[in-house]
Amino acid sequence: MNHQADGGASNPASGPASGGAAALAAPPDTVRAANLTKRFGDVVALDRVSFDVRAGELFGFIGPDGAGKTTLFRLLVSLFTPDEGESRVLGLDPVKDLWELRRRVGYMPGRFSLYPDLSVHENLAFYASVFGTTVEREMATIAPIYHQLAPFAGRRAAALSGGMKQKLALCCALVHAPEILFLDEPTTGVDAVSRKEFWDLLARLRAGGLTIVVSTPYMDEASRCDRVALMQHGRILRIDRPAAVTAAYPRPLLAVTGADRLGMLAALRAHPHAASVWPFGASLHFTDDRAGADPASLAGELAAWLRERRLPAEVRPIEATIEDAFMYDMVDADQPA
Amino acid sequence: MSPVRPPLAGAFSAFRGFVVKEVRHILRDWQTLLILIGMPVAQVLLFGYAVRSDVRGVKLAIVEPQPDAATQSLRARFEGATGTFTLVKVVRNVAELDTDFRSGDVRQAIVLPTDFAGRLGRDERVPVQVVTDGADPNTGGIMEADALAVLRQWHVAREAGTPGAQGVRIDVETRMRFNPTLESVNLFVPGLIAYVLTIVSALMTAITIVREKELGTMEMLLVSPLRPRQIVIGKVAPYVLLGFLDVVLVLGASQVIFHVPLRGNVPLLLAESTLYTLTALSMGIVISTAASTQRVAMMAALAGTMLPTMLISGFIFPIAALPWPLRVLSNVVPARWFIIIVRGIMLKGAGLADLWRETLILAGITTALIAVGIRRLAVRLTG
Amino acid sequence: MTPPAARPLAIDATALTRRFGSFTAVDAITFHVRPGEVFGFLGANGAGKTTAMRMLIGLLTPTEGEATVAGWSVATESEQIRRNIGYMSQKFSLYDDLTVGENVELYGGIYGLTDAEIRDRRSALLARLGLATHERSFVKSLPLGWKQQLAFSVALLHRPKIVFLDEPTGGVDPITRRKFWEMIYETAAGGTAVLVTTHYLDEAEYCDRLSIMVDGRIAAMGTPDDVKRAAGVASLDELFLRLTRPGAVEPAA
Repeated sequence: MNHQADGGASNPASGPASGGAAALAAPPDTVRAANLTKRFGDVVALDRVSFDVRAGELFGFIGPDGAGKTTLFRLLVSLFTPDEGESRVLGLDPVKDLWELRRRVGYMPGRFSLYPDLSVHENLAFYASVFGTTVEREMATIAPIYHQLAPFAGRRAAALSGGMKQKLALCCALVHAPEILFLDEPTTGVDAVSRKEFWDLLARLRAGGLTIVVSTPYMDEASRCDRVALMQHGRILRIDRPAAVTAAYPRPLLAVTGADRLGMLAALRAHPHAASVWPFGASLHFTDDRAGADPASLAGELAAWLRERRLPAEVRPIEATIEDAFMYDMVDADQPA
Repeated sequence: MSPVRPPLAGAFSAFRGFVVKEVRHILRDWQTLLILIGMPVAQVLLFGYAVRSDVRGVKLAIVEPQPDAATQSLRARFEGATGTFTLVKVVRNVAELDTDFRSGDVRQAIVLPTDFAGRLGRDERVPVQVVTDGADPNTGGIMEADALAVLRQWHVAREAGTPGAQGVRIDVETRMRFNPTLESVNLFVPGLIAYVLTIVSALMTAITIVREKELGTMEMLLVSPLRPRQIVIGKVAPYVLLGFLDVVLVLGASQVIFHVPLRGNVPLLLAESTLYTLTALSMGIVISTAASTQRVAMMAALAGTMLPTMLISGFIFPIAALPWPLRVLSNVVPARWFIIIVRGIMLKGAGLADLWRETLILAGITTALIAVGIRRLAVRLTG
Repeated sequence: MTPPAARPLAIDATALTRRFGSFTAVDAITFHVRPGEVFGFLGANGAGKTTAMRMLIGLLTPTEGEATVAGWSVATESEQIRRNIGYMSQKFSLYDDLTVGENVELYGGIYGLTDAEIRDRRSALLARLGLATHERSFVKSLPLGWKQQLAFSVALLHRPKIVFLDEPTGGVDPITRRKFWEMIYETAAGGTAVLVTTHYLDEAEYCDRLSIMVDGRIAAMGTPDDVKRAAGVASLDELFLRLTRPGAVEPAA
């Protein structure tokens, strides 16, 4: 099921998109997709995916490996053709208008795709020249990122750290001043601080008016997007602003913090009203199945319940995170047992 | 927002940027560079010294039915050429050397006539025979040439001391024992040039496209305005220069080591060799668009170029001697046409007027291969 | 059974150092891991984590300093180490073009188990993971979460005293991630030490103890609560930021 909700502007009805070209005729600075389907042999990588991205938006596809994010991106930048469905990027059809499209989009693939034996500057200069421009001419666009790369301008790409490589790749995607950016898992394999810096860069770019479409398996990065689409197994679970996604969490959510975490986990899972209990860093997230109940009183109740079992703990109601929401929406985990 | 750029300027800038990148890759990969420059030289040296191994201290016999001053003097001359020849026997009758020739104890014989000095003194035409063991076509030609050289030198020196000399009065008849239809080294070396150029060029380009696929950089390249034709030509272009360097090295080595005559037009030879390098590079590119991994590409390049060039291009085995299906197949082996061209220029002094047909065929094959490469280079990811 | 304190340390590293030319990748790190402990080995990219791990699993010899892993010296007994530890990384674990069963057999053989042992442990493993029906499926066709769990179990096939996990949960869905950690806890409860690296800082909280490497040195070490308290921060995120980017302006809470 495809949930689409939004702050008020019109959007296509959920379910199969109505009509083909008519639904896709769009102002040129957006992305529109209707029923995109892609199969590889028996595997359905994308299953009737529909969504839209508005101009100037920072749009995130959040989901684990195998969700279909990379396949989707490759479809949108004209590297694959869909088996069914259609899409428009900047008003262009990636199937028919591929050369026009390729001039105007910036793309950062999921794995590091720059030349390891060329230096930072040489990689940049190459991609600039391929698009008929030079690094100097586009400096205004890439300045905030280039500023961080400049000290390493002469270093070979292979010798850069993971975080620097990602920044370089971003720079190369940006160096021809594209109208929209597609970044496929740009922060994978990179440490938490570098990830944060990367998203700071994206925020700056977005502030300059660039439309950015990102995919990531890290749920915490979702909060930095304007809107997110939660994806799993080739399908979109939900599309909305991050705040709306978390606000839509249907049940009371409590955070339980205490000394004997494993003990608490086992005990809480046996609680009569436990819809789910999962570790979340230093605390446990307890979802109560009594939808609509007052979280504050539930918290007190639970604390007492735990105290009875000699598991003193601090219990407080919390706002759901994207990860909580995703785990609630997930169809099934990728695990056999 | 990117301003609209005139398409041609953009395309040229892209192409130039691409070639610059390719050149950098080549120069940075010093190991491959070493192989690409070193290998042709090594091959030529290897073949060359294998070829030359026997051509020192050639076991020579002199047949003097009637010893006299002239025969003594000539004999002394050959004895003096200790590096090249080793005089092992002097006999009266060439038939006496049969067993020696067969066993290899004698590789070459100078057969002098009776009354040698007398006939020379009377200004008669004097028949001298040089009989060479032609069983090994590689060495036979060299031995023959060396013997003739010594003979000529002796004759010139002798005439110089005689007033009123009339010029060459020695009729030299050469006989190649055991191999009358000698494939001499002169024919071998042009084939060797073709062989070396083929392998090296095809190897260079065979991996270049596949490497981008393996690295993942192909994905970025595809989402760009670069067209397949720009990618293919951009990848071949820098290697032409490298190939030209190889040509010069190989030709130079063949001159220095084999003294293969270069009777024809050197610039024409260089130009044709460069054309052939282009042909071999294009073969590599086609392989590169089809192969899935670099390893497969290298194997395909070696098998697909080395084998046909060795076996059915006329390099070692004469084409006329091939069974007819292979003879037909050899028409599409570019090396076959190139060998004709090189032999023509080097040995017969042929010019473009004589070789335009073969040149055109090579050019046609090259164009066809490049076209195939461009078509095969997928504009999207497969899968 | 020997009391915990008397059992040999799973890892005992003292001033472990590794230099490459003039560059010091690992600078005299000292730490230990007890049997049955889950130890988080954290650090930014390029901080020296990978080099340190490679020394501990016997792939690289130290330039200075010493370390023992499961009692064997990394400098002189790396052969024994490699045969007696478990190792799992994202880049290399199972062979995609072999089936589940074949992978188990292959690794059983590599670890030197007898045929009988392989047979028994194989059925136990498949039953525990619920993969019995997938014994003949190619690993390539399994979803990532299944693969990771299988790889983990295979790394434990020979019942090593310590297992090294290199970013075992990258890209995996949130529920499977947590199930994976339940497997880690089970393993540790059985007495196996677990050294795990991860970029998920919430997972760092699941460790008994952790260390954070910065520029080749250990900048913080202890239980998650200890290190947070020592630095006066509320979350590991903040601690990480403070250690890897000293001088960075932290965003207003």
